[in-house]
Amino acid sequence: MSTVSSTIPEAKPNYLTSDFSIKSWLLTTDHKRIGILYLISISLMFLLGGILAGLIRLELLTPNGDVFQPENYNKIFTMHGVVMIFFFLIPSIPATLGNFLIPLMIGARDLAFPRINLLSWYIYLVGGILTLSAMALGGVDTGWTFYTPYSSTYSNTYVMLTALGVFVSGFSSILTGLNFIVTIHRMRAPGLTWFRLPLFVWAHYATSLIMILATPVVAVTILLVALERGLRIGFFDPALGGDPVLFQHLFWFYSHPAVYIMILPGMGVQSELIAAMSRKKIFGYEVVAISSVAIAVIGFLVWGHHMFVASQSWYAGLVFSFLSFLVAVPSAIKVFNWTATLFRGSNAFLTPMLYAYGFIGLFTVGGLTGLFLSSMGLDVHMHDTYFVVAHFHYVMVGGAIMAFLGGLHFWWPKMTGRMYYEPLARLSAVLVFIGFNLTFFPQFILGYLGMPRRYHAYPEEFQVLNVLSTAGATVLAIGYLFPATYLIYSLFKGEKAPANPWNAKGLEWEQAPSPPPTFNFDHTPEVHEPAYAYAPEKEKEVVHA
Amino acid sequence: MGSIPFLPPSASSVSGEVDAFYFFMVAVTAFFSLLVFGLVVFMAVKYRRKSDQDRPKAILGSVPLEIIWTAIPFLIGMVMFGWSAKIFFTIVTPPEDAIEMYATGKQWMWKIQHRNGKREINELHIPVGQAIKLKMTSEDVIHSFFVPAFRTKMDVLPGRYTTTWFRPTKVGKYHLFCTEYCGTKHSGMIGWVYVMQPEDYQKWLQGDSGEGTLAQRGEKLFNELGCANCHRTDGKGRGPSLVGVAGEMVELERGGKVLADEEYLRESILNPQAKLVAGYQGIMPVFQGLVSEDQLLQLIEYLKSIGKTQKAPAAKPATPASRTAAAAAIAQGKGL
Repeated sequence: MSTVSSTIPEAKPNYLTSDFSIKSWLLTTDHKRIGILYLISISLMFLLGGILAGLIRLELLTPNGDVFQPENYNKIFTMHGVVMIFFFLIPSIPATLGNFLIPLMIGARDLAFPRINLLSWYIYLVGGILTLSAMALGGVDTGWTFYTPYSSTYSNTYVMLTALGVFVSGFSSILTGLNFIVTIHRMRAPGLTWFRLPLFVWAHYATSLIMILATPVVAVTILLVALERGLRIGFFDPALGGDPVLFQHLFWFYSHPAVYIMILPGMGVQSELIAAMSRKKIFGYEVVAISSVAIAVIGFLVWGHHMFVASQSWYAGLVFSFLSFLVAVPSAIKVFNWTATLFRGSNAFLTPMLYAYGFIGLFTVGGLTGLFLSSMGLDVHMHDTYFVVAHFHYVMVGGAIMAFLGGLHFWWPKMTGRMYYEPLARLSAVLVFIGFNLTFFPQFILGYLGMPRRYHAYPEEFQVLNVLSTAGATVLAIGYLFPATYLIYSLFKGEKAPANPWNAKGLEWEQAPSPPPTFNFDHTPEVHEPAYAYAPEKEKEVVHA
Repeated sequence: MGSIPFLPPSASSVSGEVDAFYFFMVAVTAFFSLLVFGLVVFMAVKYRRKSDQDRPKAILGSVPLEIIWTAIPFLIGMVMFGWSAKIFFTIVTPPEDAIEMYATGKQWMWKIQHRNGKREINELHIPVGQAIKLKMTSEDVIHSFFVPAFRTKMDVLPGRYTTTWFRPTKVGKYHLFCTEYCGTKHSGMIGWVYVMQPEDYQKWLQGDSGEGTLAQRGEKLFNELGCANCHRTDGKGRGPSLVGVAGEMVELERGGKVLADEEYLRESILNPQAKLVAGYQGIMPVFQGLVSEDQLLQLIEYLKSIGKTQKAPAAKPATPASRTAAAAAIAQGKGL
């Protein structure tokens, strides 16, 4: 197809064909196979979380709460949140694409600790099984936030089993983060300096820092809830001498940075898509790289913006509000740099680029509406309303999942050696964008009108907007079902992919066949150029505005 | 069903400014979203790939542009920060003339007590134009008191008092929601706020409140629970006299002083040993679990009625972060 790909000799056995036994998959230490194992696991979790979301939208079609009993509705939205956040979004991009691509991108044969990498998948699996068994036994109704004293004293559902699953799966994040940090520090190919790294790697480095620093805090918090629930030791319940707001501090100290665990890898994917699909180096590469780290660092200091009306000190609130505006700046910088990269580019209307365009738009709306909630005086009104629901779905679904789907399409040929059917993929990208906006935009209005979140029944005047939202959800569901179908179909019938179908830069495209062999490269590659060197060196120009 | 509303009713002294700020935010969001959307669509079309052989020139970046799009979001953010913080402090600082009422959240209802003894459930009747200060607590889990038409909300916590206030500006009937998830019937923990003409409110308040004012009920409880046996008014009991205590600084046995605000009075009833008054022994029984939150409020109201009559100038709501701010108006004795 292109001059680059034809220079690579067709490798004999690749990582998929080297061994077909089940054992070879379950005991693999190959980062690519582990990435695939994760991909299958998180896809099943996404399907489950998506079905639960569908049930929520079904209930909210009418104001009266007439589909499910209230306790069941509460379990449904709780499980939707728990499954989507802890078992889909947090591992989604890092554990699948990150796992698969980081060694390939930096010219390494594998991650630094291949066995620990496999262990992290098993830990994830154990955590998932524990949480799913809680669901099978009867579910949990605390909301994914597990606020005390409801979770520690009042709820009669399977709180501990669910929390145990979340606790266990946290260790899989910690191990993945640790593995990435060591790998990125120690195993870069000769010549691959920090400022030659693909931005995907930078984003994962920043994500890994959060994973290893923040996740232990949620583990400790869950342990404290367990001690209070099991042994009646008072940490959070005032009836036992505890402080309920303490739980919120500990919980958000993890869970706000966790938002960045979910979105930063998506930003990394976004940079790769934009560069390859416009055939240009990312505008302001260094700034985009450093902004990932800035987000990770400042992201640790904004947790109190979840608690402006939780009886937290008002002056603490001021500081948290200020820092929340500050953390928005590096995100804005990224959006402007991605947009500027398109200038005078060769922008392809291919599926990965459609997702990237969608990401810029939806993440911009998601980010800007975050500023509404950082604004103390406005957050008083909007806190815990549907505005918050709409905002974080714009960031999580409009941002993280759009990036995940874009990345999955972009690297699908590399991962599977097959091309997907492009026209259908483009159509579904458009469906996802339309369905998404129709689902979540009305929720901004609902929020300002005052509809509280986690309501099983609601006053009648909110119905029209809820009907729109449910209608959008059906479009979104179809948009998601398409890729599930044609991607699986492509595994069997798809056109064979060349090593570099997009003519993209990067070691994974230029130095490894599709799919790559077990140890990625025959010889350790050497790097002599910066990332995204699409244009010949002498043609580079620097614009001084 | 019907047409789509975009704004909730605007019915408090702060709702206008919150809406103004909201419009400002919507305008900024619309401007930047359309700018980014527009640029993306324009460049996607204008610079679309014409041939697979396209190799555009690299544009590495631009320091001036980076500075511009770092500075502009930061500066706009600071405007938002300053304006919204100003609104926030208006929303959380009750004015001097506010009259107090009490709310107790409980799975899954709101219980309101007026000072004259009138009680209501899932309804709150208030006079238009009058600032209302609600002192709130929960009997079980965390709830949150939210009236969209007033643009105000405050979490209601077990084991402590929180305060919210509003000055309704329009007669009408408005939603009251619980906005902190509190269990099975969370979405049933809703009610109505009735904003009435002052004359109608007075009429409503006088009707059917046979059991006496809150303070009178508190006094009755004070005697029934045996408090009066030790806390004799002549100061010769085994416990300190409680006349003139509420709203005053008291000396503690372990040294130091504490303001006898609602929080302190509540703690000293439920767990008397926690902050023992200087010169007395810890012989008072623990009332934790024996008195309900409603009764506690009645007792406190009684103690306030025999408390300090002059307002201490030091206890102005100039320290809004501390719970002591609430003590400012304690001794005002704004009876109805």
